[in-house]
Amino acid sequence: MEIKWYIGLAVALFCTGVVGVLTRRNSIIIFMCIELMLNAVNLLLVAFSKMHAASPVAQALPNVASDAQLFVFFIMVVAAAEVSVGLAIIVMMYRNIHSVDINFLNRLKN
Amino acid sequence: MSITEIIFWGLSVLALFCAIMVVASKSPVHSILYLIGVFFAISGHYILMNAQFLAIVNIIVYAGAIMVLFLFVVMLMNLNADAEPKKNRYLQFAGLISGGCLFLVLVAAVTRSADAGRVMQLGTGESGLIKNLGRILFNEYVIPFEISSVLFLSAMIGAVVIGKKN
Repeated sequence: MEIKWYIGLAVALFCTGVVGVLTRRNSIIIFMCIELMLNAVNLLLVAFSKMHAASPVAQALPNVASDAQLFVFFIMVVAAAEVSVGLAIIVMMYRNIHSVDINFLNRLKN
Repeated sequence: MSITEIIFWGLSVLALFCAIMVVASKSPVHSILYLIGVFFAISGHYILMNAQFLAIVNIIVYAGAIMVLFLFVVMLMNLNADAEPKKNRYLQFAGLISGGCLFLVLVAAVTRSADAGRVMQLGTGESGLIKNLGRILFNEYVIPFEISSVLFLSAMIGAVVIGKKN
């Protein structure tokens, strides 16, 4: 399998997330689209690590493919922390203005 | 067409269909369920690339923890009745066009690249196994690992402080 198919898949998932962020107004769905973009980037990083594992560089440096996968692992760790804080902010916003529509937030005041 | 390519195309179609349904579906609960479908398809890709640790972590952390958190929030706020007001059609169309332009630019840039045809290692390789990853994680990356625990602690405190009634 060539790397271009995985790049195409990751770009398609990322652009679907971008379209979701631009078109939807429900803040929870916007947050989910951000998660979708994050996962597309993770998929691309793992695909590149497997591309490097097949290259001659991997014979000299055996850890070069595992490093990329640990990077993806740390991205997942940070994403979990980010989601907990982000959902807390959305719950707080719903408690104050009784809506999750982001158009009510365009002034960031009252 | 080998079995690997058939699995790749099947998982890709599943992931793209679920991703489009996340954006297109009216109800937030349906969006969350489709997003879980995307995560399972991406985990299937990880297994296809023999990154077994990341496949399991993706299912446990994303589909198991984060999506349940989303589901809890949506159900607690009772967003099932799609209260989303009527949107501006032109803005939606503009968002679709700009996302499509981004897709076209990225794909055009990738296909011109000389490295686009490089072959990947699928189904084999030791790099994604837990044995290797754990050895590297606790030898070279032990400082970031400890710092991430501090990050989790601060995120937990932050979520509690933000969510507290005052």
